This record gives sequence, C-alpha cells and structure tokens, in this order.
Amino acid sequence: MGKLKTIARRSFIIGSAAIVGGVAFGVYRYKTPYANPLLNDLSEGEAALTAYVKIDASGITLITPRADSGQGAYSVQAILIAEELDVELDQINVDPGMPDKAYYNTALGADGAPFAPTDDSFAANTTRTVMDSLMKFMGMQITGGSTTVPDSYEKLRAAGAVARETLKMAAAEKTGIAVSDLTTKAGKVITPDGTEIRYEDLAAIAATLKPVEDVTLRDPSTWRILGKQHQRFDTVAKSTGTQAYGIDFRREGMVHAMVRTNPRRGGEMISFDDTEAKAMRGVQKVLPITGGIAVVADNTWRAIQAANAVEIEWGTAPYPAEMDGHWQALSDSFNEDQQDSRQRDDGDVVAAMDGADVIEAEYRAPYLAHAPLEPISAVVEVSEGRVDVWTGTQIPRFVQTNVSKLTGVDFDDVHVHVLMMGGSFGHRLEDRVVKEAAEIAMQMPGVPVKLTYSREEDMAHNDTRQIAMARGRGTVKNGQVETMDLGIAMPSVVASQMGRQGLSLPGPDTQIVAGAWEQPLSIPNYRITGYRAPELAPISSWRSVGASTNGFFHDVFLDELIHAAGADQMEERLRLCWHVPSRKVLEKIAKMSNWGAPLAPNKGRGVGFCMSFGVAVAEVVEVTNTDDGIKLDKVWVAAEVGKVVDPNMFENMVQGGVNWALGHAIMSEITYSDGMTEQENFDTFESLRMYQSPNIEVAGLENGDHVRGMGEPMVPPAAAALSNAIFAATGQRIREMPMNKFIDFV
Amino acid sequence: MKITVNGTQHDIDVEPDMPLLWVLRDELGITGPKYGCGIAQCGACTVHMNGEAVKSCQVAAEDIDGEVVTIEGLGTPDAMHAVQSAWVEHQVAQCGYCQSGQMMTAAAFVLETPAPTDDEIDEAMSSNLCRCGTYPRICAAVKTAAKNLSEA
Repeated sequence: MGKLKTIARRSFIIGSAAIVGGVAFGVYRYKTPYANPLLNDLSEGEAALTAYVKIDASGITLITPRADSGQGAYSVQAILIAEELDVELDQINVDPGMPDKAYYNTALGADGAPFAPTDDSFAANTTRTVMDSLMKFMGMQITGGSTTVPDSYEKLRAAGAVARETLKMAAAEKTGIAVSDLTTKAGKVITPDGTEIRYEDLAAIAATLKPVEDVTLRDPSTWRILGKQHQRFDTVAKSTGTQAYGIDFRREGMVHAMVRTNPRRGGEMISFDDTEAKAMRGVQKVLPITGGIAVVADNTWRAIQAANAVEIEWGTAPYPAEMDGHWQALSDSFNEDQQDSRQRDDGDVVAAMDGADVIEAEYRAPYLAHAPLEPISAVVEVSEGRVDVWTGTQIPRFVQTNVSKLTGVDFDDVHVHVLMMGGSFGHRLEDRVVKEAAEIAMQMPGVPVKLTYSREEDMAHNDTRQIAMARGRGTVKNGQVETMDLGIAMPSVVASQMGRQGLSLPGPDTQIVAGAWEQPLSIPNYRITGYRAPELAPISSWRSVGASTNGFFHDVFLDELIHAAGADQMEERLRLCWHVPSRKVLEKIAKMSNWGAPLAPNKGRGVGFCMSFGVAVAEVVEVTNTDDGIKLDKVWVAAEVGKVVDPNMFENMVQGGVNWALGHAIMSEITYSDGMTEQENFDTFESLRMYQSPNIEVAGLENGDHVRGMGEPMVPPAAAALSNAIFAATGQRIREMPMNKFIDFV
Repeated sequence: MKITVNGTQHDIDVEPDMPLLWVLRDELGITGPKYGCGIAQCGACTVHMNGEAVKSCQVAAEDIDGEVVTIEGLGTPDAMHAVQSAWVEHQVAQCGYCQSGQMMTAAAFVLETPAPTDDEIDEAMSSNLCRCGTYPRICAAVKTAAKNLSEA
C-alpha cells in the first residue's frame, strides 16, 4: 500500500486493485467508472463531487455504502473520507446512500482468488485484479469478508481528496485567487488573507466544474484523524435508546406480519388450518407464501401468537433427519472423487509417513446459528410501479434484484433503504425475510408490511455455519514437526449461499480449506486437502466462514504434533513460520503473555495462530482447572492489520470477537432431529455471558504492507488456543466443539 | 387500562396477557426496549417497574403495577443518566441492540450497590446477553457509573 501516491480519479473508482498490485493497472476491460449514482438524485444547488461525498447548503454528507452491523463501519468509512476532505467528524452527516453498482466491493473479489494473501507474485496480483473485475461486473455491493477497511482504505481517502481539490478550484473561480494559494481546514477553504469560505457555499460552483482528475494522498505523518481514537457516530444514540434499528422502523398505515414455513428446511407444506388464528384479536389476514403461510395483524405480538396458532402439517426434510446422517456424510467424503482442492502439497507426505510412527487425530465442528440479538425484519411497500424496502442487509443489490424479479417492478423502481442492524455476523447476507415480506406486500398493494421473525422462527430458519470434520496425520523427528497432512471435509458454504441467489460456483470452494492451506509455515512435508461433502442443511457465511472451523482443526493438530515432538509450542511455531509479519505477531504475543513464565498450579496456557482474510492473528489463552470446571482467566491477542484505523473501535471489536469465538467453542451448537433444529431460543442455544468473559488484552500491529479488516480474523485462532490451554492444564485433548460436551466449564 | 410510562399516563386497550414489551413497542411506539428472545433469556427488553429492573417480555399487561421507566425515561442525549454517560465514555456499544437492556439492569444495580466488586457485577449483569461480546466494557462502564453516582 501507499506505493502509488498519485491516484487518478478513474483508478480510485476501480479501486484498490491498482494499488495492491501496481502491475495490472490499466488492463481492465473497464476504464470508465459507473455513472455517479448521486447525480440522478440531486436537487438544485447540490453538487455530487464523487460517489462518496455530497455537499449542499445544509451540510456535508459522507456516503458510507458498506453496511453497519455494529462493527463501526459507518464511522471508519467517514474517518477515511474526512482525513482528506479536511472536515471534522462533528461537521458531517453520514448516510449509507442507496445501493448502486458504483459501490462494488473490490477487496471481496481479491480474497476469493486462489492465492495465499502472503503471495505477492505477479501471477497472484494479476489474478486478484481479474477477480476485482468480476466483482465489478456483478456490481456486488456487499459488506462481508472483513473487507470494509481494505476496500475503502485508498478509495475513500482519494474520494475525499478529489472533493477537496475540486472545492479549491471552485473557490479559485469565486475569488480569482490561484488554487496554489488556497488551503483548507475544518470544512472551509481559506484564502491568503484569512477569509474562510464554507464548502457548502462552494457547492453550486463546484457542480459546474470538471472534477480534479489526479490527486496526491497525504503522507501518514500528517494525518489528523486516521489512526486516532474517536467517538463513533452512533455512540450517543446507542447509549440512550434512541438508535433506530430495522425492527423499529414504522410507516403510517403499516401492518405487522409473521410467517411460518417448514422447519424441515426446504420441505413442503402439506396442509394448514387457520380457523383459530383468523378468529384471534387483531388478525387481518392469513395469506399463502412460498412454502408456508403469513399472518397479518395490527401488532407484532398478535401476529406471532396467531401464526403459532395455525395448525400446519409439514413434509420431510431434503437432508438427513438426524445428526448421525450428517456426520456420516462428512465421514464418507474423504475420498478422491470428492476431493475439491489440494492447494498445498509440499515435500512428500506419503513417503515421510511410510514406516514412521504416525500421529493421527480426527476433529469435528458443529452447525452454529448467527443469532444476532435483533431478530431479522423487513418492511416492504408495493405501490403503483414502485417498491420500497426498508431493512438491515449486507447485500442491498441482491435484495433489489430479487424484489424486482418477484414483483415484476423494474429494477430501477425498487428502492432499498438500508437500516441500522442489531448485529449480523453474516446472517444478513441472506434475504429470505425480504422476499417473504414482498410476497405478502404484493397481496396488499399500497400497505406497508412489516415482517418480523420471532426468535424461534429466526433460529429455526437460520442458514447456519457449516458442519465440518478434519482428519490429521503427521510425524515428528528430532524434536521438530516433520509432516502434517490435514484433510478437511464440509459442504460448500459458497455453493449453498450462492445457490439461494440463483448463482453457481465455478471451480473449487476455497472456503473448504480457508484458514488452513494458506498458513505461512514451512513444514517439510505439508499437505492440505479439501473434500466437498454433499449439500446437507442450508449453510451460510458465519463470522470467519471456513476459517471458523479450519483454524481450530489446523492449529490444534499442529499443537498435538509439537507436543509429540517435545518442543515448546511457541518456539516451534516461530521456527516453522517463514512470514516476517506473522513471526512478529507470534513474538509479540509471547512477550505480552510472558510466555514460558512459571504458572500457578492447575493453570495452563495455549497458543493459537491463524492467518485468515490476510490477517495473521495469534492468541494465548490462560485457564485454571478448578473444582467447578475450566475457568477462563485471560486472553492475549496480537493481530497484523497494516493500519489500525481507530484503536478504540479496534480493541472493542477484537475483544468482542474473542468472546464470540470462545463462547461458541465452549457451549453452542445447532443440531437437527426429525429434520428440525433442536435449539429454538437462547435457553438452548447458549451464549457467553458476562461472568464467563475473560480479561482480554489486545495489540494491533502495523508491520505489513497490506491494510486489512478485523471483523473476523480474531475468531479462528481462539478455539484452538482454548483447546490447547485445556490440554496444558489437564492433559485432556479436546478435538470437537462445543467443548462442554467433554469437560465442565465454570 | 391506564399505565404510566416515563411520567406520562397512557390509556391502553389490549389483551390482559399482552407482554408489556409489546404494549410499549407497538401500542405506544416506545422502541428503546428491544425484543430479543421473548422468554427472559436475553434481557434486551429490560425496563424499570416501581424502580426494579424487570424483563418486560415477561410482564403481562394485567400485571403492570406502578410506574414504568424505559431507557428513554432514564435520560436523554441532552441530559444523560450517569449510567448512559458511562456507556458513552467507555464507548461500550457495537451493534448496541442489547445496550438499552444492559443499561436498565445496570441503573437499578448501581443504586443498590454503590461500590460493586467484579463478582457482584458479573452476577447482576449476567442475565443480559450481548452477542457482540462487549462485556469487558460493560463491566468498566458499570464501575464508572457507580463511582460517579456515589460521588454525586
């Protein structure tokens, strides 16, 4: 990053790809950016300088198209723009804008390419840029894959700079003073005699000018805002109950709906009896929808009560009814026919294990619900030739497409208004709730329909984290790890998820081996093989996706091998790691945790390391084996992100993500019986609570060349570090989650 | 039926078993209290009734007794309660959806326990779920709020 200081307006529109590689710049099939979406919707006197900055007489609005599900994405995007625009954070409004293909996500495509993030070769960078082009073709405005920061880091600063320079041109025209004699500060252009002209007062002139084409990004040493601690835009609202979420949205004349569809996912509805429901107070209608029914009432609670009173006979599930069948399908997938990828095959694992003492282990990870605390909801209003959708979503363009197809209303006449989300963790990469709300709204034209899932319906219809299994074989020699051969089997998350959008996945699914194959280790004989299990229950991206299971498998097996070699867990990991920024992460965590210092009796420590989404993260977990079970004492986290945009947000997100990972590893699972999820609510789908939350110390490192996002990478190493710590404290090796099936926790 | 919420009296006409949570949210349009589970597991719906923290999803309309205070009645952006100021100072919220309930539980707790220990905070706050995992900051903010209130 930062090698190309001058960024043409054309190139920042096509994004950071030109910066990451430098090599493929200019080979795009597109050189012309998408038309600026703000130009379509401007009132007189408004000037849209770029797709990210809007200025009119009433103020300066920064458009932050990546969705905010609690990670502070709006604030991070605003910090990047404001740094170059020369505005203070309290001077601006933040608006997610309307979905548009100009807001496509380049970084997400880059991570889908089959090159390790540590691979800076020509081929790797060339392919990444091809993937970027694909993302652009598809116009994917997606929030996901920890891409908000990497996607925005150059693009939004450039947008701020272009806007600033164009405003200076406008001031030059207004005053007759040369641009080179003008400066900017706090939302104003300042002339040599100290006269201040508000940006708002220059908007009209700026609108008539051809925007500045080339800008130079400022040197990091001059940054005023970026890298410093700020109060998030939403902190006061979220501390006073005044933040409105999707579920709080209301329209005049709105009705409330609740749906029931087959809890045996994908099964049919055979019959239903709504006699009782229709007679209940406040119930207006019981309507058919795809695969089930909807109850429309005058209040959310009444809709939920009445929907539950409908008697429905459901068909069978298209996947095994019991968990044994799911595990068997995975177990049966370790064969050549189902081999999906083998992107790492160093040395000769077969020869190395011939006649040697082979260490073997099998690992399992369960289905998991996303279960953000805000149940999903959507408001849809179908009127003459127009549809409006209000919802919290990570995929507004897909929502727009799907609602257009469903209603027959032109794509451009479907208006998706993205609302604040009470958590997501990947849940809102699915849009079933919107389609169902649209189906109801089509039957009630002119009436805004709000569909709110009950927690039970949300849990029953969650497209969960994948179920996964791994088998490791390895050898050690002369106190060192010599061979590691890890096979991982899971159904394809990406195929399941894209399938629901009517898309297919060409080629292997890199998520099957993500968090394992790209680890920067030089084990002499080292092989990672992905096996594609058949499609089972619907699955989707759950915070850190493939790496959420594979980070656990890979690093616990490595821990077993290092233990067998008789080596120190930290020293051997350092010896094996060739990637300098990753080594610094391990060195940092060893120092922070004072690794190797004597521990009190019954205490144990484990280290976990995983590179995912290009971020190297090491964690040390310390536990005590008490009479009441395992107690989490302390966690240390070090992560290489290139640049910490806001240290305050960074710390909060990392601590929360570690709690998320540990809580699920200890106590959470979704299981199927009779084809239905057995967990209906937070009483059975348990979640970490305050008394279980450890002290968590966080360090963000800035040694690498690439700026990365931190929404997910703290998750994969945490469960491994915990399992490794429990082994150190008790001698018991836990190879399956949730771990409380095997050992008690306080 | 008459109920008093945040100092204002309202006339409501609902079923006796409609939970207070939905009376507040859908009948009165007071959306600070959140729906998360409906079964007293998450605490996002916590309000004060007669000064006590209660899960409003578990209080039937017919059992509403005494004044109800929601997060909106605790304090406002311009005049925050000590607990709310502490939440801002520590920048606790990520998605923020659980935080109204967390603050209502905390506000009742710090009145009874002016100098809470970590164990006391754990016990008081563990009935409220935060899926984002902001517990370290919730704990710190509770301490700050207790300190500021006892010094006031």
